[in-house]
Parts: sequence; structure tokens; C-alpha cells
Amino acid sequence: MAKSHVSTTVNGDPVEFLCDTAETMLDVLRNTMGLTGTKEGCGTGDCGACSIIVDGRLVCGCLMLAVEATGKQVTTIEGIGAPDRLHPVQQAFLEDAALQCGFCTPGFIVAAKALLDRNPDPSETEIRYWLAGNLCRCTGYDKIVRAVQHAAAEMKGQPA
Amino acid sequence: MTYEPKSLKVVGTRPVRHDGPDKVTGRANYASDFTLPGMLWGSILRSPHAHAKVISINTDKARAHPGVKAVITGADLPLPPPGVTQAGESAINTQHLAKNLLARDKVFYDGHPVAAVAAISEAIAREALGLIEIEYEVLPHVIDVDEAMKADAPLLHDDLFTEGVEPRPETPSNIAKRIVVSKGDIEKGFAEADIVIERTYTTKAVHQGYIEPQGCVANYAEDGQAMVWCSSQGQFVIRDLCITMLGMEASSLKVIPAEIGGGFGGKTTVYLEPLALMLSKASGRPVKMTMSRGEVLRATGPHSGSSMTARIGAMKDGTITSAEVVIKFQAGAFPGSPVGAAVMFCSAPYDIPNLSITGYDVVVNIAKVHAYRAPGAPNGAFAFETVLDELAHELKMDPIDFRAKNSAVEGSKSPYGPTYGPLGGIECLSSAKNHPHYKVNLGPNQGRGVASGFWINIGGQSAATVVVNRDGTISLVEGCPDIGGSRASLAMMCAEVLGIAAEKVRPSIVDTTAIAFNDVTGGSRVTFATGIAVVQATEDAVRQMRERAAKMWDIDVDQVGWRDGAAQEMNGNRSLTISQIAQKAAKTGGQIMGHASINASGAGPSLTTHLCDLEVDRETGKITILRYTAFQDAGKAVHPSYVEGQMQGGVVQGIGWALNEEYIHDENGRLENAGFLDYRMPVASDLPMIDAVIIEVPNPNHPFGVRGVGEAPIVPPLAAIANAIYDATGVRMRDLPFSPPKVLAALEAAEKAKANG
Repeated sequence: MAKSHVSTTVNGDPVEFLCDTAETMLDVLRNTMGLTGTKEGCGTGDCGACSIIVDGRLVCGCLMLAVEATGKQVTTIEGIGAPDRLHPVQQAFLEDAALQCGFCTPGFIVAAKALLDRNPDPSETEIRYWLAGNLCRCTGYDKIVRAVQHAAAEMKGQPA
Repeated sequence: MTYEPKSLKVVGTRPVRHDGPDKVTGRANYASDFTLPGMLWGSILRSPHAHAKVISINTDKARAHPGVKAVITGADLPLPPPGVTQAGESAINTQHLAKNLLARDKVFYDGHPVAAVAAISEAIAREALGLIEIEYEVLPHVIDVDEAMKADAPLLHDDLFTEGVEPRPETPSNIAKRIVVSKGDIEKGFAEADIVIERTYTTKAVHQGYIEPQGCVANYAEDGQAMVWCSSQGQFVIRDLCITMLGMEASSLKVIPAEIGGGFGGKTTVYLEPLALMLSKASGRPVKMTMSRGEVLRATGPHSGSSMTARIGAMKDGTITSAEVVIKFQAGAFPGSPVGAAVMFCSAPYDIPNLSITGYDVVVNIAKVHAYRAPGAPNGAFAFETVLDELAHELKMDPIDFRAKNSAVEGSKSPYGPTYGPLGGIECLSSAKNHPHYKVNLGPNQGRGVASGFWINIGGQSAATVVVNRDGTISLVEGCPDIGGSRASLAMMCAEVLGIAAEKVRPSIVDTTAIAFNDVTGGSRVTFATGIAVVQATEDAVRQMRERAAKMWDIDVDQVGWRDGAAQEMNGNRSLTISQIAQKAAKTGGQIMGHASINASGAGPSLTTHLCDLEVDRETGKITILRYTAFQDAGKAVHPSYVEGQMQGGVVQGIGWALNEEYIHDENGRLENAGFLDYRMPVASDLPMIDAVIIEVPNPNHPFGVRGVGEAPIVPPLAAIANAIYDATGVRMRDLPFSPPKVLAALEAAEKAKANG
């Protein structure tokens, strides 16, 4: 079957690619564009390791068809933070030891950024429920939740 | 090396880990993030049956499919010579491994690999799998461990005769081995007891649940030289298993460690790598293979389900006089469960004069089990610590006081043989008793549980190289994959010895051709054993730098000391920094590099006590964890944040195991919940913060007093939660997991029993 042509925006850059209709956004990001920071942990939308932001919405890259990216704004972990300055969520994850193996970390950081973009002052419960779609098997979530609280405080200009 | 108390500047602080920035930006490369030019995609055809004879395999259509470059079956993987490869806490039987990698005349579980294909795309590889024709003769299967031990159970292997039984049985069975640990006279001990309680427990198979599925890229060149990129808990074990499977020389295979996305013991063996090498060899091209989550759950080592009976006797004053435990473990398709650890360690926190603990290793029709964090110990502790709780209630003793009265201490003889050195059991118990958590009042339907746990920790072989750079920075070269912060802890110990900042030491984990053999990252051994290698290698570098300084000053080396990152003249004021020495290295004898390669012994056991508060919803059976505090002897916490992280992560894995996780099979022995939606691991909204209290009773056999910390935290939660459920409801639950339907059924049964008087 002929491949589909897709024009989209990834991390602010105009991007074009060809894909099979059945290919997921995750496959295209990782295998076609070489953006391997987005991870596959399950392929069924249960672990959140492939979290990306599409037009401001947090989605699982494995549940989105690549052709759906047409005309959309896609943000991946590679698009978060700047070369000279990590995003406050990234910085808080480092300072608070909120990662162990690091495999789920990009997904958590994308999800946490999406949370703070819409709710700059989440409660612990709101953080826990927002991040309930992201699995971490190493940390028990304690330090992740604290890092998101810390980042929220930093972003409001308050000391954590 | 021995422990010496000293003032520390780096060890015990909390610097940002060296690999952190790469991991928060998506730069870090895990197994499936590698690609090579011309790379093919490999895929595996797996058995849909729990137990069947393979009558025939026809791969002709798959081979002829356009885009397919290689097809392999068990016939392409000759059995290697009999032998065992040690991989941390697991001993891997090489012939069983070969039969597990690719089935031959029989398949033993749903998901057992039967054939593999390499093609120019993942989609074509999957299409080709559908073209392979296999004729099976389905056989009766058995999964439950008690059922598998019965004389009339379906037999997996007709050449399996129980080891550890005299005389050797004349008929084969599913019981691979019997293990017994005993001391004293248990019947005499029970006769001395005022109260004896005996209970039976069951647990289901559970999975390590690492978020990164197995993956690898293999490249086998025409001259027989090969490379594998993969994530594992030990590149050297991957190499040794691959060369054993393929009959290669060690120097012909370079295994390059990727970052590892969790392992918990499960990534100390091979599933894909030998197949990817075979497909690469057959096709002449690099081959990438990754597992789906379904494949991970069906075909990579779960941890044993178990059936256990514990009988423990105590006197009125709370002295335990005798314990008898029988523990049966699922081994999966081939022998080799971790039942031995359950046998040796279930009673290990205590000094009990009369003991008899028997373990059975039983093959069943699920994937061959593999190591899972403190392998076997949580099962044993579930049974033992829950009977202890019942005894404490009957004796009207505080459960912490009861445990403290019977605690093993320095000089006690362990159940598994050696006499204990310094041990932090009493310190954990008293810290728990005095903690504010223990004093908080509970509401209706809320309960508190206490349980302790033990893990032995191991030493083993480690090597390290300390390269002194011209600018005074240090390149620390080591060979143990970093699964949760070990780069940081090793670099910190190196920095401490040198007297420089941790940031000046850059740790690297290198491939199998760049350092001597290292045992796996497992057994909570890296900060202990590789830590000793790093300290010795650093001391070697310091010795060389003192010699160079002596040469530069033209004095005797005995007159040169070392302090704060510089050589110091003892009888003068001169000093030379690392960079000043390194810049002159070419003229004073060449570049400076410290090295050590050791086999560490003397790992200190970890003891731990947990407090769990929970609430039971009587209408739904759902259990909510309200508060959890873990107390653990770390010996010395090199980077306390990552020690806390190990404790918190282990506790939460234990909570998942206790409340939800289980392998569920249908009547045909197929795994019904082979995905993260139905294999329900804890998520953030299930949990409260997990408080971690680090106790430090130094291990005398490590220069900074380090014990292992990674495994002990998963040992107590099963029992702590069972004991808390009793405290909340008056109901004793003894069959894991305590999922809502089971809790509800238990509560209703208790109500009914009460109503019937």
C-alpha cells in the first residue's frame, strides 16, 4: 500500500514524513525521525513512557496514528528545556533524585510539564491522579511527586 | 578492606547523579534506541500452548516471503555441553537455557519461542511468522505448584529425578529438588512451647515489571567477530551466555551495555541476544529485536508462585522455641527457582534454637522463573512474619517487642550456617517502635501491620580503573550497569578517597573488551563490591601520584602524604594538585592509571522493619495504604537519596505484589493478563508518600561500612499488609494477592461465620 505523506510540526520545527497508515506516532518519532527519547514500555497506552504533547494535550504516542499528526504541534521530551537551561521539571527531577533507571523519566517529565502548563499549583492528590497514567517501577513515585511539587514552586518563583 | 570510622566530605552527601542530565532530556540510549545501517528486524514465533509436543515445523513459506532474510528454529541451535553459568543470584543451566531460547521437541509454556525470523521491516517479520506452519500435539498441563507435585500430575520432563532425596527416586517427577536447612530438635522445641501456631499460605507468580522491554541489536561479521548492544544487568554474563550458546570464543563477542530501563533481577539472563546473533549470522546483516509487553509477561522470568506452611512455637514469655516451615516454589518450565533463599532467610532475622525448613523446586507450565529482587525472600517472610504476628497477638505482646526478644544479634548463628557479624535488626525495631508513625491513632476499618525482613547481599567479582586526566579530572571506568544510581555512589567513593568533588569524577560503564570480567549488577552488590574495587583502584592512583610527587620534589615517597586532592610534603609546605602531577606525568614515568580487580567477600546482611497503616473499604474490598514507613540498615548510605529511593521502590513493588499483581491463566494455561492494563502494578494515585528511615550499622568489611540496600525493602511488605488487614478487620488473609474481590469474599465469610456462631 502506498505510504501517506504527513506535514506536521515537531518541537517547533516543520517536519514531513512518509508513513504506513498503521504506523503509530511513536514508531515514526523513534524509527523515522530518530527521536528516541520517547520510549515504548507497553504499546497499549498503559505505561505512559511514550507521553507527548499534541496541540496542548497530553497523549500516548503509541495510541496515536502518525497520520493524525497532520497540521498539529507535537512536543516530545527533546523539545522540553533549552540547550542552556533545563526546564524546571527536569531540574527538579535531578535535584530530588526522582529517577532511578530513567526509562520512564521522559514520559513523566512530559506529563508533569503538561500538568503544570494547565494547573500551576496542583495539590499532591492532583499530581498523583494526573501522573496515574505513567508507570514507574523503580521509585515508588514518592520522589517524583515531590519533584513536581518542587518544580511548581520554582515556576511560581517561590522556594520549594 | 576493613571499615574505619573517618570524617567524610563526599560520602553521605546528595550530589546530582552524573547520568542524570542525559536521562531527563531523553538523550540516554536504552536497548531499543540503537540502530545500525542495513539493520533487519527480528521477531519470534511463540507457542500458543502451555504444554505440547512439536510434531513438525515447516518454514518454507516464511523463507520464500519477500523481504525475509533468515529463519531459525531449535534445529539451528545445537545443545551446548552441560554446564552452569553463575549470574548473580541465579545459576543458569546452559542446556535448559538453549531449550528455553528455542523449543525443540516440546513446548513447555504459553509464549515459549519456537522459531525466529529476520526481515527488512518489523511488519514483514511479523507477516512471515504467520507463514510458519507448526503441528502440535497438545498435552495436559499443570501450573499450580501443589498440583504439580502430585504423583499423577502431567509430567514436564521424563528425565527429571528429584535431587536432595535419598535414595534417588526411581521415577521422574516435577519435583526437581528438595532443600533442607535444620538445627536442633524441632519436636523437642515444640514440646517446650506454650503455644504453637501452624498456617498455610499461597502466592501467585508475579513479574519484575521493569518498564523497558528486553531489546538488542546484534551484528555478526563474516570473520566470526560479533557485537551485541543490549540492556542488561551485566554485559559479561550476556557475553558468556551467548558464546556458550553459539560456541564462540570470548574475545570474538563484544557486548556493549546500553542504559538499562529496570531489571530487578530479570535482566541477568538472555532471551533475545543469541537469537539476534544467529539471525545476523544467517542473514549477514545487523538484526534488531525488541519484545512487546505481552512477550515480556508471557516469556521472561516471572517470580515463583508458592505454597507454604509455617509452624512456630513460643513460650509465654515470648521466647520462640521452634519453627518448621515447608516451602514449595514454581520453577517454571525448567528447574531452578529461588526456593533456597526462602528456606535460608525466612527465619534469618531471629535466633531460634530449633529449626527445620524444607524447600521444593517444582517445574510447571509457565515461563522459566528468574531472579526478582531478594529472590524468594518475600514469599518466606510472608508466611513466617504473619505467623509471628498471630503468636504476638495470642501472647498479648507488642509485635515489635516480640520480634526484638527473638532477634538475631552479632554472634548469633544464622540458619544458613555462618555466625553473624554486626547486624542492624534491633536498631531497626527500636527505631520503628519510637517513630511517631507507631503512635498515631487509627480510625474504624484501619489497621497497622509490622513485619521484618532479611537479605544476605553478595560480594563477587568487580574491576575498576581510575584514569587521571591532565586537567585533574578523573575518568572512572567500571563494568556494572547502573540500574539506580550506582555511577553516583561509585564516583562519590572515588572522590572521597582523592579528596575532590564528586563532579570531578566522571564514571563510565564500558563494554566487555574494555575492562576485566565483572559479575552482574545484582545481589545488592555493586556499591559494596564494585565500591571496594573503586576504592582500591583510587588508592592505587593516589600511591602512584605520591610517587610522582616524590620524584618531582626529589624526596622519598614516604615523605609524601595525600590530602584534599593533592600530594602534601610531610616535613614541609609544598603540595602538588592532581592536575599539577598529571601534567608532568609524561616526564615522570607515563600516564597515571590506578586499577583493581577483586573478588569481594564479607557483604553485610541488610535487616529491615516496616510499618504499614491501611484502610479496608468494607463495601468494595479495596485496600488503601494510608501510611508506610520502612526502617533499614544500610551500613552506610553513600548517596542517601538513592538509598531512600531503593527503599521506597522496593516497598511499592511489595505493595503491588500484596494487593493486585498475579499471573492469571485460563483453563488452557494461557496467560490472560499479559499487559499492563490487567497485570495491575501500582500507580501514583494508589499510594501515599513512602517514608524511608536509614539506619547505619557499619559493615566491617567495607571501607565506608556499606551494606547492600536494593533488595531487602521488598521482603516485609506482603506480611506487613496481611498483618495490617487483620488489625483493621479481624480477618486473617493467607492467599495473595489481597485484591478487592478476595478481600470482600474474606470479609463476607467472616461475617457469616460470626453470624453462625
